[in-house]
Formats: sequence, structure tokens, C-alpha cells
Amino acid sequence: MAFENRVDVNHAVHDIRTQAIKVFEEKGFPTKKDEAWKYTSLNALLKNDYSVFPEQESSIEFNDIKKYFIHDIDSYRIVFIDGVFSSHLSETTHEGIDVCTMGAALTKPKYQLVIENYFNKIVDKEDSLTALNTAFSREGAFINVPKGKVVQKPIQVLYFSTGKESAQMVQPRNLVVVGENAYVQIIERHQSLNLNPVLTNAVTEIHTSKRGIVDYYKIQNDQESASLIDNTYISQQQNSHASVHTFSFGGKLTRNNLQFLHKGEYINSTLKGVTIIEDKQHVDHSTLVQHATPNCESHQDYKGIYGDRSTGVFNGRIIVDKEAQKTNGFQQNNNILVSDKATINAKPQLEIFADDVKCSHGCTIGQLDEEAMYYLRTRGIPKKEARALLMYAFANNVLESVKIPEVKARVNKLIAMKLGVKIGFDL
Amino acid sequence: MLRIENLHASVEDKEILKGINLDVKPGEIHAIMGPNGSGKSTLSSVIAGNEDFEVTKGNIEFLGEDIGELAPEDRAHKGLFLSFQYPVEIPGVSVTNFIKTAINETRRAKGLEDMPANEMLKMIREKSELLEIDRKFLSRSLNEGFSGGEKKRNEIFQMAMLEPKLAILDETDSGLDIDALRIVANGVNKLKSKDNAVVVITHYQRLLEYIVPDFVHVLLNGRIVKSGGKELAFELEEKGYDWIKQEVEV
Repeated sequence: MAFENRVDVNHAVHDIRTQAIKVFEEKGFPTKKDEAWKYTSLNALLKNDYSVFPEQESSIEFNDIKKYFIHDIDSYRIVFIDGVFSSHLSETTHEGIDVCTMGAALTKPKYQLVIENYFNKIVDKEDSLTALNTAFSREGAFINVPKGKVVQKPIQVLYFSTGKESAQMVQPRNLVVVGENAYVQIIERHQSLNLNPVLTNAVTEIHTSKRGIVDYYKIQNDQESASLIDNTYISQQQNSHASVHTFSFGGKLTRNNLQFLHKGEYINSTLKGVTIIEDKQHVDHSTLVQHATPNCESHQDYKGIYGDRSTGVFNGRIIVDKEAQKTNGFQQNNNILVSDKATINAKPQLEIFADDVKCSHGCTIGQLDEEAMYYLRTRGIPKKEARALLMYAFANNVLESVKIPEVKARVNKLIAMKLGVKIGFDL
Repeated sequence: MLRIENLHASVEDKEILKGINLDVKPGEIHAIMGPNGSGKSTLSSVIAGNEDFEVTKGNIEFLGEDIGELAPEDRAHKGLFLSFQYPVEIPGVSVTNFIKTAINETRRAKGLEDMPANEMLKMIREKSELLEIDRKFLSRSLNEGFSGGEKKRNEIFQMAMLEPKLAILDETDSGLDIDALRIVANGVNKLKSKDNAVVVITHYQRLLEYIVPDFVHVLLNGRIVKSGGKELAFELEEKGYDWIKQEVEV
């Protein structure tokens, strides 16, 4: 089963998998009856008869997929084709840090301790889709950054689906361990190369040790036939900083489950997102920041632009435990509906059990600023273009916290393209 | 160039302009002065095509054409420019990208190709030097977090880039310290030629020491009640508006 065909069944992972299968068998796929899935239905996706393991190995040439990389920067790359690691497209390393496959991490004795300490530790074990991934995942990225190591190059994690099967399900599993005082930047992307249905059910665990920093970027701009369920769990130790930027511009259905768990004081968590979709696309951001310790802060800022019959969900939860005094928890969710057939379901949830905290949330569903429209038009920018430019501005504003200039430039371009704005050079 | 005849305009059924007549010829600088609430900003908004105001009577002719029904962008394409009293902040669009879009949309409206990037860069460099604008400023988000002076300087920078035939400067002097005022006025003067015209709308005479008007008009309660040369501005500065009010009442 899965990557276990190379793993000793006595290995601890075997028990974890057996347990996960049980959970999934019991719960099955979530339905709209589950509160957390009230606005996102998997029914249509589950009608496809997915093959879980590809019949044959596929190879693709770098030139065919180059455009999906941030290719103008020097980076480590770990690439999977139909769920299988592609060594010729990857640039992995074991020098100073480990950027390699989960398959390798799970089998090599030298990683045994890391796996025992971190694998499947912070996931929601009762979540059926996470359990499904735990049970059947065959591969993923393993990123291990030891104490004090500042990784100079970003790491790109890419999953390609060739669409050779009429319908394919992929279940990547990533594990990121950031040591004390270590710093790493990661870019993740899932990309389908043709129009056969693909369902990706990914799980990523990120552990950030004391004073560690991780910046994670998710670029979601997949084909209209591809769907993604992304489950990302982040645990943070004292004084650590973790940020996740999620850019959702495409795909049939995208669900981002993003959970932050605090395990020390003076932690900083940043969750940002830009969603621009159209047609019948659906994007769901379900976030959870669990403030369990005092003196920590979290910042959430999600912006969405919905056209045609597209639907969006923002389900942002902040929990402040009784012990978590002096918490600063901020949440912002602003949406623009371009068409009267588009829908956004926004549900901010603040559950505060401590008394000395600063928490706020703001949620808007609105139109564009009329005065700004007028200002642009007096400068000769026609109504339609002015509207596009204001939407571009609205979305683009989230990019300020993106630390890799090339990522910023790429996303900036995607936003401009999506909105039909011609943006050229900048001084 | 600009001919306004018996212009009446209202907002939400409240009449603010009550019969304005104004004639601006190429090469001229006109100043429109008046106390708060006299209708100065309404006049500039109506000329620029702000849809919040309704023109109930009279007409606005620009370059021989009635522009009363035109959208703000179409008026801009014909060469009209309004420098805002309160420029709008637009986080997420840089000054450069904004001005580039404005220029190319104006060119497109005239059936021209986009301005080549190197030409645009050269022009940006020249005009920003003219207004003593730092390059870093140009990559900042439009008006976001700008000081009052920076906002006004940015307005005049846009004017310099768009090269309008008629520029209306609405309270451009408000919020400017003396150095910024000098820079802005200097910019306006350098851009002035015999083919273009400027209408300066202001409460105080201060700006008119730097941008010297050919004509001064006093706007009071929605009407131009007195017109004269630049000496009228000095008189207003000295005596205030009350004497005119009395004169009008008599």
C-alpha cells in the first residue's frame, strides 16, 4: 500500500496508516451536513471514477512545464509527476538542509527520529480527508532545515498531473521542519497539464521551532477540470514567525484548510489570500488560528473578486484560549462581487476565552469606491478600465508582504491578466 | 477655449450654481476666488463631468464643442484636467502604473498606439525633475500615505504628464507649505504656454503671488459677481469678501 511497499510494516507509520484508514472508513467524505463543509460540496467531484495510482510512469520535458516555475530565480525544486517523484526535473539537496522526498525520509534510518517526532503529529486526526491522505499518500516533499540554517534559495514544490488517466486522484504529503533560528521560503503549486479531471488531496505539516521563520506561498491557478483540497497544518514554537500566502486564480474547486497552532509565546502568524475567480469556479478558505499561549499575534487578510457564477467561502476562525492573554488577533476579509450571479459566504468566527486580548474582524462585500472611479476617469481612464484598475489595486495590495520579488512579480502579473489590466514596468 | 454660459447646477435638488458665465481663451490664466460654500468646487466638478451634480440649465463649451453630456474620461481625452482638492488614495496602484494607464488610455481614445516604454520613462524622468519629485515616490501607491504637499505635487505631476489644454487647479494651495507651494507654482508656470490655459480656484490670494492671473473672478452664492485683473485678488486679500457682499446687495 502506498509508499509502504518500500516500508517495513513494523515501522511506526504502518500503525498510523491503519488508524487513518479506520477514521476514513468511519467518516467517509465530508458532506454539506458537516458544518465545516456547509458551503462546499464535493458531490460533483466524487462522481468521477478516479484512479489512485497511475498505470504507467510519465515523463515530461522541462520546457513544457517551465512556465509553471518561478524560473527567474535560483531555487531548489522538488517535482512530482502524477504523484511520482521526477528526479530529472528536480534539484534536491542534502547539503546543510534536506530537500528530498517523503519516500526517502520514511525509509532512511537517519530520518527516523524526525519522522517519529513530526510526522502526522499536528494534523487533525479526526478529519476524514486528512486521514485519507495519511492512509494512501504515496509521495511528497520532505524539507528539513536544521537549527540556525538560513536557506538562501527558495524551495519550489510542484505537482504536475499529465492527465493520462481519464480521472486521477493524487494525495501529496509534505513535511516541513524548521529548526531553531532557521529560515526557509517555500513555493507550492499543483498543475494539471490537460483537461482530464484531477482531484488533489494534499496534506502539509509545517513545524517551526523557536525563532524559526517560514514563508510559504501557494499559487493556485489550475485548469478548470482540476480540483484541490489543501490541508495545511502549522505549529509554531516561541518567537517563531510563519506566513502563508494563498493565491487562488483557477481550478474547478479549491478548498484551503489552513490551521495554525501556537505552542509558545511571542509568536507571529500571517495568513493572506487573494482570490480572483470566474465561470463556475469555487474557492473556499477555511482558516483556524488557535491562540493557546499568551503574547502572540495573528494577522489575516483575505481579498476576493468573484465574477460570473463563481462562489467563494471565507470561514475564518480565531480561538483564543483562556491562557492566551495579551493576544492580538486580526482578521480582514473583503470581497467584490463583479456579477450578480456570483456568491460569497463569509463567516468570521471569534471564540475568545481570555479577557485581556485585542481581536478584531472586518468583513465587507462591496462595490468599488465611486470617488476613486471618478478620479481615475478624470485622468482619461474609461469606466471599464477604471473598474479593472481598482480591482487590480484591491487585490494587489495584499502582495506587500510577499518577500520574494519574483513571486510578487509573477502574482502581480497573474492578477493583472485575470482582470484584463495592462501593467508594464515599474520604477 | 472654455465658454460657460448661464450655468446652473444642483446636487440633490439643491441649486448651487446659479448662472455662471465664464470665457477662457488660450494663453490665459483665470483665478476664481470666493469664500467657503460659494460654489467653487462645484464649478470645477461640473466642468470635469462629476455625475453627482446635475446641470439644470446653461451649457459648457470646450474647444467649440458642447461637452455637457460627455463622460469625465471623454472630457479628459479632449484635453481637460482637474487637479483635485482632495486627491483620492488608491493603495495597490503605483504612481507610475497609474500615469502610464492614463496616458495610454488617452492615446487609445485618439487612435494612437501605446507610448513606447522608453519614451514614457524619459518623460516621467523629465517631469518628475521639474516638480522635484523623488524617484522612489513614483513607485509608491497612488496618494497612499502622501502628505498634503506630496498629493498636490503629484496632481501637478499628472498634469505635466497628460499635457492638458485646460487645467483647473482646485484649491491646489491648501495644505502646502511655502516651499511646496513654490515648487508647484513653478511647475505650473513652466508648463504654461500660449496654447493652453489655467483656471485657478482658490480661497486665498497666496497662490496668485506665484501663479499670476490675467483675470480674477469672485464667486459668491453660485454666481460670478465681480471680475477684474490681478489687483482684485490683492484687494480681496486686504479687505476680505464682505465688501463685495455688500456691493452685491446694493
